[in-house]
Parts: sequence; C-alpha cells; structure tokens
Amino acid sequence: MIVYILCFILFQVGLFGILTSRNIIKIVIGLSFMEFSVYLFLVLIGYIENASAPILTGNPAQTNFVDPLPQAMVLTAIVIGLATKGMLLTMAIRIYKKFGTFDIRKVTSLKG
Amino acid sequence: MSPIVKKVAQLMVGIIFMYGIYIIVHGHLTPGGGFAGGAVISGAFILLVLAFGSNVMNLKSREEGSSVVESVAILFFLLLAVLAFFIGTTIFFSNYLPKGNIGELISAGVIPLYNIAVGVEVAAALFTIFLALVIYKEEIST
Amino acid sequence: MELILSILLLFMIAGALYALFAKDLLSALIACGIVGYGLVICFLLLKAPDLAIVQIVVESITLIIMVAVVLDSTREDLKETIVLKEKGVSYINAKYVFNVLTVIVLALFFLFFFNQAIDKLEPLGQHVTRMSSAYIEHAAEKTGSANLVTGVIFDFRGYDTLGEITILFTAVVGVLTILRLKGRK
Repeated sequence: MIVYILCFILFQVGLFGILTSRNIIKIVIGLSFMEFSVYLFLVLIGYIENASAPILTGNPAQTNFVDPLPQAMVLTAIVIGLATKGMLLTMAIRIYKKFGTFDIRKVTSLKG
Repeated sequence: MSPIVKKVAQLMVGIIFMYGIYIIVHGHLTPGGGFAGGAVISGAFILLVLAFGSNVMNLKSREEGSSVVESVAILFFLLLAVLAFFIGTTIFFSNYLPKGNIGELISAGVIPLYNIAVGVEVAAALFTIFLALVIYKEEIST
Repeated sequence: MELILSILLLFMIAGALYALFAKDLLSALIACGIVGYGLVICFLLLKAPDLAIVQIVVESITLIIMVAVVLDSTREDLKETIVLKEKGVSYINAKYVFNVLTVIVLALFFLFFFNQAIDKLEPLGQHVTRMSSAYIEHAAEKTGSANLVTGVIFDFRGYDTLGEITILFTAVVGVLTILRLKGRK
C-alpha cells in the first residue's frame, strides 16, 4: 500500500513543478514526472505476486500471468508522451527565438 | 567529431539497426514489438547524424524522405485494417490470415505485418522530429 | 518486493525534487534522467519487459532532444522567492504566493479522490483479473501470438493503436509546421 502513496507523492511533485516554475523547460520536466507516476501506478495495479511475464512459452502448466491490459495501455501512452513532449519543446525553442528567454512572465506580447 | 568517434559509430550502427529489425520481426514471440524496435532504429539514425555532423542541404532531402516514409507507413497500416472488410469477415481489425502454430516466426496472422508498419512509422516519426530540430538550429546559426 | 520498490521510488522522488530546484538547466535534465531510468528498473521488477525496452529507448531519445534544445540557451534557472527586493524596498511576491496556494488547493483536491480510491484497491500483488482473464485464456487460439501484450495491442484493442499512431503523425506535422523558417515554393 505504501507504494501507491509514494507514487501519488511523485505526482504531486510534478504538479508543484508545473505550477510554480517560471522556466518552460522546468514545466516540461514537471509534466514528464506526472506522466511517469501515472505509468507506474497503472502497472502496479496489474502486478500479481509470483506470476510470470505475459508471454506464452509453450509450457502448459504455466497459467499464472501478470495482467496484460494495463501494460498494453501504458505502451501506447509512452509513445504519445514522447510525441507531445517533442511538440512542447519545439514551441519552447520558437519562444526562445522570438523573446530571447525561457521565462513565461516575459511572454506578454498578446497582453493588450 | 574526431575520427575515433566516427569509426566507432560506423561499426556500431549496423549492429544497432539489426537489433531493431530483430525486435520488430519477433514482436509476437518475444518482448518488444513495433514501438520498441522503431525507437531503436531511429536511435541508430540519430547516432549517425550526431557523429558525422550536419550538412544542411543533405539533411533537407533526408527530412523529406523520412516524412514521406512515415506517411506511407500509416497508409499501409490503415490499408491492412480496411482489407478485413473485403477478405473473410466484415469486422474492422479482424485477423483474416491463417494463424499457424504458436511460437513459430510466421504465425499469428496479420500481427507481424501490423508490427512492421508501426515500427517503420515510429522510426520515421522520431527521426523526422530530430532532423527538424537539427535543420532549424543550423539555419539559425548561419 | 514492496520494500525494493519503495526504496527505488524514494530515489526517484529525490531526483525529481533535485531536478525542480537545480540552478543549471543541464543538471536538471540529468536529474530527470534519474527518474526515467529508475522507472525502467521498476518495470523490470514488475514483470513488464516490453515496457522496459520502450521506456529505456524513449528516455534516451528525449534526453538527446532536450539537451539539444537547452544547450544553446542561457541555461540558468529563474529563481523565485517569497520576498522581493527592488530599489531598497522589499515587498511580497504576490504571483508566487498565489501559485503556491493554487498548488495546495489542487493537492488537497487530488488527495480527496486518492483517499477514496485507495480503499477500493487490492494490496500490491493480489490483483484479481476480471476483464483480462478472457484475454489471457483465449489469446492463444484467437490471435495466435505468443506475446500477450502484442496480441492485446494489435487485435483486441486495435483502435487504440490506430489512434496512437494518428497522434504521432499529427505531432510530426505540427513540429514541421512550427519549425519551418522559410516558406516553400
């Protein structure tokens, strides 16, 4: 049970990073921490004690497998996370070219 | 980069590329599959670009080629899924090829073909993102 | 098992905290790597080899791209303090205080739902497979694939994969659009 709580603490650390930092790169890092905690939480739910990895080896006595459904969902989520992170980083690099800084307080050209 | 780095990269890239293809093709038998193998193959290409420096004109044609490959791969995936309407059953994403014996390389129906399509797609997509960043930085500095 | 996982997670939380408070952006990225590679070891311990392979490669590529973005910039973090001093007058940084208050409210909000959800969860390692027991029993004759995760991804849940590669394609098109400097003829 303590593992779930530690996972939740990692999520809160990422939330703190997103909401309180002024640097865009730090915001991307905090977002990736939140993603990591969610992946770990989903895989932890599907874990079964003394079970084997979900791969059939031809041994008929082996019927006890870890739940494959959360693993399949996390597998797609990891690649989607990479795509969104690349998108955010390209936006950051364009902002750096236009304003000369990563500071989100300085990005105010649309502000009246 | 120094000649030592270039030589080591030349020697390693072939092995990394072959490992990626192995992971993709054996995706229905061993751990791995299209996503992992595609990421490994794109890592091999990124290693080449990092070691051998960048020539902007050369990279631009590479970028166009990899984005075309990516589009063709996603079309191939859709075509495989839609073909199920016309062959055998009328269910989207149904497995219409013969299954074969579990554990052999040519088995599991359409799943290896899906694996290959997704592997090419992921490899081309990651390599295109990296190349776009490299070309952007080169154009900024000149 | 639970003890080893807890120690690994404590390491990951320490790395995350260091990454958020580091002064140099490059060391923040290295500390972000601690969390990512720690996750790989967690996946291996939890009997998920597919995820471990994907995560270790994706983490390396992400680090390369992030370092390429950060390396040419000024690289220094922007520190925020509660009390600002300007021209000899010190006053309270209202924006920072507001941000911290928002974090506390949202943390309590998430804590409420987590507290409700944790009663329904089984303890670690005693998961009862309800829905996926059908997948495990019939995967062999329905898909013919020895790797059950691949069978679930490409056969039972093919729509997920279709949506996923559509998102990947859209992200690549977006990156190419944002980063283009000169228009094409």
